[in-house]
Amino acid sequence: MLTYTARRIFSLIPVLLGMTLVVFAIIHAIPGDPAQVILGQRATEHAIAEVTKQLGLDKPWYIQYFDYLNNLIHGDLGNSLRTRGPINEEIWPYLTATAELTIVAMVIAIIIGVNAGIISAWFSKSWFDYVAMVLALIGVSMPIFWLGLMEQWVFSIELDWLPTTGRENVRDPITAITNFYLIDTLMQGRMDHFIAAIKHLVMPSIALATIPMAIIARMTRATMLEVMKSDYIRTARAKGLRMFWVVYKHSLKNAIIPVLTVIGLQTGLLLGGAILTETIFSWPGIGRYLYDAITFRDYPVIQSGILIIAAIFVLINLIVDLLYVLVDPRIKYSK
Amino acid sequence: MAEVAKNPVEITMTPIQEKLTPPWKEAWQSFYKNKLAVIGLGIVLFFIVIALVSPWLAPYSFKDQIMAERMQAPSSKHWFGTDDFGRDIFSRVLYGARISLWVGFFSVLGSVVVGTALGIVAGYYGRFVDTLISRIFDIMLAFPSILLAIAVVSILGPSLQNALIAIAVINIPNFGRLVRSRVLSVKQEEYIMAAKAIGMKDARILLRHILPNSISPVIVQATLAIATAIIEAAALGFLGMGATAPTPEWGKMLADSKNYITNAPWTLFFPGMAIMLTVLGFNLMGDGLRDVLDPKMKQ
Repeated sequence: MLTYTARRIFSLIPVLLGMTLVVFAIIHAIPGDPAQVILGQRATEHAIAEVTKQLGLDKPWYIQYFDYLNNLIHGDLGNSLRTRGPINEEIWPYLTATAELTIVAMVIAIIIGVNAGIISAWFSKSWFDYVAMVLALIGVSMPIFWLGLMEQWVFSIELDWLPTTGRENVRDPITAITNFYLIDTLMQGRMDHFIAAIKHLVMPSIALATIPMAIIARMTRATMLEVMKSDYIRTARAKGLRMFWVVYKHSLKNAIIPVLTVIGLQTGLLLGGAILTETIFSWPGIGRYLYDAITFRDYPVIQSGILIIAAIFVLINLIVDLLYVLVDPRIKYSK
Repeated sequence: MAEVAKNPVEITMTPIQEKLTPPWKEAWQSFYKNKLAVIGLGIVLFFIVIALVSPWLAPYSFKDQIMAERMQAPSSKHWFGTDDFGRDIFSRVLYGARISLWVGFFSVLGSVVVGTALGIVAGYYGRFVDTLISRIFDIMLAFPSILLAIAVVSILGPSLQNALIAIAVINIPNFGRLVRSRVLSVKQEEYIMAAKAIGMKDARILLRHILPNSISPVIVQATLAIATAIIEAAALGFLGMGATAPTPEWGKMLADSKNYITNAPWTLFFPGMAIMLTVLGFNLMGDGLRDVLDPKMKQ
């Protein structure tokens, strides 16, 4: 297990290096001159040349790339062109805001998705099965930015139950400690803030959860149906075990691996979906940060944002791979 | 036993020939049995017809602005209402079908062609070429797809055509990997060995034997990919990185109207509904095709 983990981490190095190269190439292929962006349209040629030199943009590309890598290794992501602040400090609150949103969304998706799949397989061909699977099909086909807008229309404009956008009441802001508001508000013992935080989370997290929920439900149902046909399940039922335990213990344990793969993959994809959800709900997360940076042509931020999201994506996939071994003792990575 | 002995000829003469149906017919019959798949096919055909006849079907032009009739609720005159420029949303949604299907179909065609070519080369030649291509795919798949699409559009500049290219690019590794794995297994078959033994050239083996035997999962994947491509195109349009005004692209229509959600929710409801239905159609059809063409992939 340890050697496997080590090998798996080592195999990530070329992918991560490749990613930095891709991001570096993308940023340099985007038309527009960063020096011009900083100084504005009316800058003199001399000033532009000066800033170009300051940013190191006059050096050959491979030197720039190695400088960039070198800074990256030392944890330096550069400065934002817009706010002039160091990105590795600035990006943190955005990252945690996205983390809170995606974690809540994924918890919703897993709890509802897995259970809907299990019950559908348990009572396959029942009305529940049909309704759940049709809903799942619609969920898979859902443009989440539209779902978000429809949620806003129904639940905040028509019914006035939930706030339309944002993460907190603007007039009554939450004091950040960890910047995970659900935790912060509880630490401060502010139940009113806690409830406000939940109210703001409901719509974006449901919008974000919809697609993974649907995919998880479909996957769980399919693998559960397969597992429940097998001999040991028949044996378990024959010896008089209660159906609930047969389903939730014996079957689920054996059906969970493909579901786990899907969960891992979907968690990564949520980071992409977060860009859309955060735009609609004005959620101050990494997706919004990146979107604003693109609008402003804030190259260092675009570069770091893309790289960080991709790195998290790769990391999640690694964790899923390692989880397999824990869940399924049949998988042994001894090569 | 006695009966068999009496009439041995009749038994051996069972007309096997008549029972053999051509493969496409068999596939169609099994597709037809899947009710959801047929519904999906119906939805897709419905939108294709709309896309083809939209100029004749639409009561108004997609860009005619009637300022006197701004933001009107759905009525008998404007079935889906009008937007903030007084444009008829029903007509715009009809025209939008052209754009979404166009982008969905051609972006996927692009990814299929390039992905299949790369996948075949990687799978058939192996070694260095395989390592190189596979690593590139790994790196591309390490980015969430919409992010990569945004990056590609930022390089090329926002337009519908560039959104199409971006979507084509991000889907290449999916097809590449799929074809590569099929080629790796087909390569081991005896008929390929036989073809090599009789001295057939690589190109001919690839085109005549390996490609046809690797293509059915690609067809399934392509149908499902059209669904994703339509959503991605709409997402790019929504983020202002796809179609530009006055093109009635569904995602762009949502972006333009999102500030009128309080006064004119119908400007948002119908374009989104159109996206969802089209995507649902392709998803249902793709699921059905998978069961027919590629039972092994059935989830």
